[in-house]
Amino acid sequence: MSTPELTRRAALDGRIARFDRMVEIREFEDRTKDLFGEGLVHGTTHTAQGQEAVAVGLASAILPTDTVTCTYRGHGIALSLGMTPETVLGEIVGRTIGSIGGVGGSMHLCDPEIGLLPTFAIVGAGLPVAAGAAYSAQVRGTDDIAVAVFGDGSTNIGAFHETMNIAAVWNLPLVFLCENNVYGEYSRYNLTTPVDDIAVRATSYNMRSLILDGQDVDVMASSLAAEVAKVRDGVGPVLVEAKTYRYAGHSRADTAPYRPEGEFDQWLERDPIDTFERRLVDEGVLDGGGAEALRAEVAQRIATAVETVFAAPEPGVDSMFTNVWAD
Amino acid sequence: MGAGVPKLRTRQAVLAALTDEMRDDPAVVVFGEDVAVAGGPFKTSEGLLEEFGPLRVRDTPISEMAFMGMAVGAASTGLRPVVEIMFVEFLGVALDQLTTEGAFFHYLSGGRIRVPMTMRASVGAGLGFGLQHSRTLEQWLVGTPGLKVVSPSDPQTAYGLLRAAIRDDNPVAVLEPRALYAERGEVVTGEEGIVPIGTARTVATGTDVTIVTLGQMTGVATRTAAAAAWSADVIDLCTLVPWDRPTVLESVARTGRLVVVEQSPWSGGWGTEIVAAVTAELFGQLSAPPIRITCPDVPVPFNKELEARYLPTPGEVDRQITELLDTGRRPLAWWERTNR
Repeated sequence: MSTPELTRRAALDGRIARFDRMVEIREFEDRTKDLFGEGLVHGTTHTAQGQEAVAVGLASAILPTDTVTCTYRGHGIALSLGMTPETVLGEIVGRTIGSIGGVGGSMHLCDPEIGLLPTFAIVGAGLPVAAGAAYSAQVRGTDDIAVAVFGDGSTNIGAFHETMNIAAVWNLPLVFLCENNVYGEYSRYNLTTPVDDIAVRATSYNMRSLILDGQDVDVMASSLAAEVAKVRDGVGPVLVEAKTYRYAGHSRADTAPYRPEGEFDQWLERDPIDTFERRLVDEGVLDGGGAEALRAEVAQRIATAVETVFAAPEPGVDSMFTNVWAD
Repeated sequence: MGAGVPKLRTRQAVLAALTDEMRDDPAVVVFGEDVAVAGGPFKTSEGLLEEFGPLRVRDTPISEMAFMGMAVGAASTGLRPVVEIMFVEFLGVALDQLTTEGAFFHYLSGGRIRVPMTMRASVGAGLGFGLQHSRTLEQWLVGTPGLKVVSPSDPQTAYGLLRAAIRDDNPVAVLEPRALYAERGEVVTGEEGIVPIGTARTVATGTDVTIVTLGQMTGVATRTAAAAAWSADVIDLCTLVPWDRPTVLESVARTGRLVVVEQSPWSGGWGTEIVAAVTAELFGQLSAPPIRITCPDVPVPFNKELEARYLPTPGEVDRQITELLDTGRRPLAWWERTNR
């Protein structure tokens, strides 16, 4: 049985579709930020512009039967894994069309059909849960794996270290995917973290690790696929550090004035979407007109999603009493 | 209970429940500190490793946060994990995973994910473990929608509540009074031995007062009532979330008096919830103020005499209930009296 989510996931086999998805995430996050800025959505949100290649690379490298846990900066991961713009934005805006009907909000996205457990608003909390899913696969005798996606800030909380340790000791089929986006909330990571590379932390746990260019979707997809294959074969967990950059501030109200001058501009020169577009054009996979048409089509897709979401009903009061307990 | 019903220690009843559930359902797994090779610090998992193998019965590092979260993840992906927190205070470093993640996954998935995990923890004072290993801490757990809380009071309820907890599709915290692990009693095993969550047990019947109690205090209340000049309904709640309101309200409506006997601090213990609910429902029918007989608001003292004094004793329960019946007013707790 196919669903829009599984279809969107399967499409990522192709590089043009990966490009399309990255553009979609960027457009989605920009529009989301606008909607909050215009006062059309209440609460807060955390956007992930700049990190699209990590999300799409990951979704290209694993199967819908694999389990993913990720952070409250999860719109891009959710869209990559296959959730539709309508269900993600619907949840962010708090409408019935949202993935859990609008009772969760921006930080709480979920779709078990494509392997996404409820995203975590507590830093580091997803790591042990991913380890539990990996252990479950061991016990059930499947070759499913689990992926914990987390930021550099998570690597200073106990959950990271406890989970790295037990994953190594239990030889779990688990990929630790660190999105090192340089900032943990409002703090540059060198102010909170005594190592230059998160990857070196694997040494303490006798775990393999590698550093990837998180701004290159081809690298992310192929290198992650190779690592995932090993993990699926039972070689044990791996820590992958994707070097990336958070274009926005921590949350909607943060303009990131704490960033060193010029840093953002330097990262923009390596923008994952522009870089990928140039490569696809250079390789003749896409021509300049095609890229432009694709970007226009994506912008229209997101505009339609925004219209659909704002036309959708608000949840009724009964919805807050639903699914509190499993019968 | 007739001939043929085996007598088990509480710890053996726990083991029997784990064994029976693991035999019935290959999705049931047990992990925690020292539960596999060592058979559990309180011998509640002896032999499980040998019968069910190292994948389903597994020792963890001393990493409560990790293994509690792993229970959430495993329960969300097809298993029924039972994890053991050796002393309930250790839950402090793992609470996020139980009360902020696991309890809400069903809700946060729009009902698509179930989290059938069981967290067992040993609780309570009386064995000289000192103040960081002697509390019951129900108040850390109640008040989280999505998380059930039960506490056995004897071998039968240890068996029956644990089996019910493992079968439940919600996270369930099972608070096992450590001081009862060595106590023996008849245990009906199998399906008939299961104690449904949410149903209290009336362990004695009487007319003057309703005693509502839980866990380790059930025996204290029951023994006190059996020897007292007054007569009491003694209700062992068994489940704190969701607690059995109809049974309690029916009894208090009959006796007109409510006394909660609990191993909790005077301030903020679980009995406050019972007293509030009963007072609101039955205000005009009460012939005395509802009272709570609790521990004082102090850390659990180590010295053997002091530790025994800290817990509600049969003497204190009898004195307070006798005084309540005589005066119709709240008796002072022992530590409030000038001559304590």
